[in-house]
Amino acid sequence: MSQSKNGVPLLEVRNVSKYFGSVIALRDISMQVHAGEVTCVLGDNGAGKSTLIKILSGVHPHDEGELLVDGKSVRFGGPREARAAGISVVFQDLATVPLMSIWRNFFLGSEPTVGFGPARRLDTGFAKRVMREEMGKMGIDVRDPNQAVGTLSGGERQAVAIARAVYFGAKVLILDEPTSALGVRQSGIVLKYVVQARERGLGVIFITHNPHHAYPVGDRFVLLNRGKLMGAYAKHETSLEELTRMMAGGEELERLSRELEKLAADPEMKQVARELREEAR
Amino acid sequence: MSVASTQPRPSPAPQQAGAGRDERLAGVSVLVRLLQRPELGALIGALAVYLLFASVDATPGHLFTSIAGMQNWTDAASTYGIMAVAVALLMIGGEFDLSAGVMTGTSGLLLGMLITRQQVNVWVAIVAVLIFAGIIGAANGMLVVRTKLPSFIITLATFFVLRGVDVGVTRLLTNTVRFDISDQAPGFVSAQSIFGSTFLAPYNFQDAVLWWIAITVIATVVLTQTTFGNWIFAVGGDANAARAVGVPVSRTKVILFMYTAISAAVVGIMVALRFKGIQSGQGVGLEFFYIIAAVVGGCLLTGGYGSAIGASLGALIIGFAQIGIIFANWDSNWYYTFLGVILFVAVGVNTLVRRRAASARR
Repeated sequence: MSQSKNGVPLLEVRNVSKYFGSVIALRDISMQVHAGEVTCVLGDNGAGKSTLIKILSGVHPHDEGELLVDGKSVRFGGPREARAAGISVVFQDLATVPLMSIWRNFFLGSEPTVGFGPARRLDTGFAKRVMREEMGKMGIDVRDPNQAVGTLSGGERQAVAIARAVYFGAKVLILDEPTSALGVRQSGIVLKYVVQARERGLGVIFITHNPHHAYPVGDRFVLLNRGKLMGAYAKHETSLEELTRMMAGGEELERLSRELEKLAADPEMKQVARELREEAR
Repeated sequence: MSVASTQPRPSPAPQQAGAGRDERLAGVSVLVRLLQRPELGALIGALAVYLLFASVDATPGHLFTSIAGMQNWTDAASTYGIMAVAVALLMIGGEFDLSAGVMTGTSGLLLGMLITRQQVNVWVAIVAVLIFAGIIGAANGMLVVRTKLPSFIITLATFFVLRGVDVGVTRLLTNTVRFDISDQAPGFVSAQSIFGSTFLAPYNFQDAVLWWIAITVIATVVLTQTTFGNWIFAVGGDANAARAVGVPVSRTKVILFMYTAISAAVVGIMVALRFKGIQSGQGVGLEFFYIIAAVVGGCLLTGGYGSAIGASLGALIIGFAQIGIIFANWDSNWYYTFLGVILFVAVGVNTLVRRRAASARR
């Protein structure tokens, strides 16, 4: 929270570009993530959302521009380094192992142990207790820590992954399309967790292509289109209708119609331009 | 009893509510927790098969339920059990090893070759065989994780390569299909006392039974109580999810392949020392018995679920069947049919369990 007060963002992306061979995956992207805020990244398929996540989480290095954590320029050598810097990604489908119990999932990859050498074993009691506490903070009362994660609902499974990331020191939480495979009710539950993470002072990056999910929880909105920044808005600068229209490619269509209008000398072209503008609305 | 039940008992419900959240742990009924265990089906199955063969026992004095009978079926089950535990851990880790059977033969033959041809001390030969098995296991594992081909195919290839090598090399060196190991070889007596001897004098239980029990206990502790055990479940359950949270997926799988091959070597050493020699065809076909034991013991073929104790119980069922059918005076070929039926039932039960455990609600 203190960071957002003195104005230094938890995470800042400055003019970042990424190329895969001759393909420009991202060009000149800038965005800021503040503590206690939800930054929504909106874009259609192929907009570059996945590439952006991969840069932020250390999977790909960026080719141009700067990545700043707490105001300091960084370059991640891999996902582990990003996680050490407090940036955690919760993937839609890669979040949990369905057949494993909740407590085993919660500590997977970072298991707490007691004893030394060959006597080193899992600290099962500690793991179960902490998992229940952390899930409790998200408003989920786990009755049986041995319950398989696969028996939880989609929203609850996301909650396990979010609670795990928060417990292991995430300052910036990247949620990759957390609602895309969920029904209306389960999406609502996930959105509740997004708000909860924000209330706890985390910087949340919420990746989605659904403005109806983004607008109610978001503080800032970053729109990507074909690898380029289409716009960045604070909540008071935009509305759900505007976001929806822009997501549908409305602004591009409108610009196209204006250009056409300028060029158009004959009435037939003017008619086409007018129709395009209608469509853009 | 009915008198005692008229006493007013304090209801457990308010106690639970008053003692806070942790008390709700105990609220999950013992029955439900028991049903969650993967080895429960195998335990019930083992009891049923034991009772079946106890009742059809045609031997005078009911040998099957005697201690002498126990010596028989534990002997039959022990080497299956040692291997089934390894195969079960590998299966929980999401992989198969079809070369596990033939590896017992290859290892025993290598031991025989080193002792009879190179005049190596038996203990030195044992160490060499274990290292060799580790390398074969690592090769299996590396091929699987590097090529991303199904382990079924990779280890099927290893199986056939080794099967040919076993017979080919044995014939080349001995002109027979067998290595005979002399009990005069240096270190033989001490090695045999560990790997191929007996205990409990009048009954003469096989040493392999102790190995089997020890391995089952250690494997259970590793699987359920250690970080590595957690990784085994994770790489079999969802390798991508495991990788995403930093589990070394490839390393975990390679270690499991090495463990399986080294277990096969231990069994091969046991056979070679106990019988003072080994046939070139030793172990071929046994891989399916190991897989049957693991699956009957509650392991899912798709990985991520199972237990070492269950696999041991599966091996015990195989031991019951092998000895029980002889004692019942049945044609021993019914043994295979019997195991086939057991496998069918076990897979049916496992599938139900998996549906309940893994069915994802959206």
